Amino acid sequence: MNPVATPFFFYFLSGVAVISALMVITRRNAVHSAISLIFTLLSLAGLYLMLYAPFVAGVQIILYVGGIMVLFLFVIMLVNLDRAMLEEQFNKQWPAGILAALALGALFLAVYRKGIAIFPKSTVVLSEPSNTQDIGKMLYQQYLLPFEIASLLLLVAIVGAVVMAKRRI
Amino acid sequence: MLDYITGYLKQDMTPGQAGNALWALIYILIIFAGVSLAVIAMNWLERKILAHMQVRLGPMRVGPHGLLQPIADAIKLLIKEDIIPDQADKLVFWLAPLVIVLAAFTTFIVIPFGPTHAVTDMNIGLLFMIGVASLGTLGVIMAGWASNSHYPLLGSLRSSAQMVSYEIAMGMAVVSAVLMTSLDTDTGTLSMIGIVRAQEAQHTWFIFKFFPLGLIAFFIFAVAMVAETNRAPFDLPEAESELTAGFHTEYSGFRWSLFFLAEYAAMIAVSSIAVTLWLGGWMRPFPHWLSGSLWDTAFSFVPALTFFFFAGLTFRTFLRMPKHPAFKIQKLGLGGFGAVLGLIGVVLLAPPVRDRIQDIYWFVFKVSAFMYLYIWYRGTFPRYRFDQLMHLGWKFMIPTGIAVLILTAALGLRF
Repeated sequence: MNPVATPFFFYFLSGVAVISALMVITRRNAVHSAISLIFTLLSLAGLYLMLYAPFVAGVQIILYVGGIMVLFLFVIMLVNLDRAMLEEQFNKQWPAGILAALALGALFLAVYRKGIAIFPKSTVVLSEPSNTQDIGKMLYQQYLLPFEIASLLLLVAIVGAVVMAKRRI
Repeated sequence: MLDYITGYLKQDMTPGQAGNALWALIYILIIFAGVSLAVIAMNWLERKILAHMQVRLGPMRVGPHGLLQPIADAIKLLIKEDIIPDQADKLVFWLAPLVIVLAAFTTFIVIPFGPTHAVTDMNIGLLFMIGVASLGTLGVIMAGWASNSHYPLLGSLRSSAQMVSYEIAMGMAVVSAVLMTSLDTDTGTLSMIGIVRAQEAQHTWFIFKFFPLGLIAFFIFAVAMVAETNRAPFDLPEAESELTAGFHTEYSGFRWSLFFLAEYAAMIAVSSIAVTLWLGGWMRPFPHWLSGSLWDTAFSFVPALTFFFFAGLTFRTFLRMPKHPAFKIQKLGLGGFGAVLGLIGVVLLAPPVRDRIQDIYWFVFKVSAFMYLYIWYRGTFPRYRFDQLMHLGWKFMIPTGIAVLILTAALGLRF
């Protein structure tokens, strides 16, 4: 199927992502920040869809929004935040922060102007019906070792979390 | 106008495949109306069936045999005062029912009522459904937190912990079913219509495949889906004796009815996943062994026969109603209801309707069986304590799910 109204959706999704990201760092209420982060992640899922990656979009929603953000909200609710909410919103080093952000922005601009050749001319149109199958084939044929190493890493993380959290093994 | 409608229907594609936004909207409206009707029917059925299981009668006064009770409930909820707790977080309080209803209803886009009767057939249909269903967890947490009260907070934390735990078990069961779709062809599929077609091609419902692996995977999913939707026996977060209605304690009137609507819609959605993955979706019983136009015609009479059966039951109750003049209006109402059921049965006998209604009927029939099972569980099993619930989810369901997955993969490689 042909994509419809691509510029509108891109600007809409990117706008939601940027505005929600700004709201994450400016809200006083921690739960409001978490909810803004949810909107950012959902708009990222939409952007993945625009890049012909439906599987990544689906997994983003399941894992990031449905798993990690639930975990964030749990922690926010179980930890006593009254004291944290009375503290300063931004720390005293904001001049240095703004300088670092401007330097990063200048770096991005320089890369974009000087190195325009490394960006592709237009969006790569991937085959949508076989997207999941292609990812599966690549994961199990070309990238098998990185896949297994990543699984082992996650296993180590789980075991570490259980060891640290249990009172008695 | 009529040729526009017949011209579209002749194409025999889902609106997503045809790229037709108007028909997608029409399908969405039809599904929304159908789900709302199903929720109303579920309300009445739940109270009546629970009552009959507990040797009492249930609602009998509001309409004939309580048939108008759901309408009375709806009117009550709509005209109730909308109370927002004083210190509640107003934005999140307003947002929580919205998120839950959105999550519950968006899953209906990919549910396959027939080979081309879905709003769209995404490649990642199953992934989409599970992902959007997991968004409901966020709504539950937001509802409990925004109420600014102890019981809702505890209820929402327990409820969301339960939902997240059983999502993992659901995922294991679902993946082992998806593995079975790749047995005939080289690659499997995540598309809901593709999964039913795979069952069609392999001439077996996945519940009977690699016996008993399909059955165990189905069992894991069936238990996990009851826990996912916070229904008995896993309804501790909503238990009135423990938590005074859990995360939706502080919600009143229309907001509460949104939670209620979303709960039943989520029940229908996860039941549809179970029906699609293991019970052959829209296929009639024995499409391969009892094939041929004679058997097809015989099975095509079943929808009309079920409506005639229910009309017959209604008429039997009509004849048994008390002869007192006070019951005249109720008797009339019951007779009218029976006549409507009979009329629908007659409409379903007409040949053009008979051929087209087959897929939708069998799908709805199987999902209704699951709804009855939900009510049956509620009337039969005592509630699980929360630590027993978590123990069951993490220490029994997940290892069994992983074992079924590994065995299914091994057997699939072998055969």
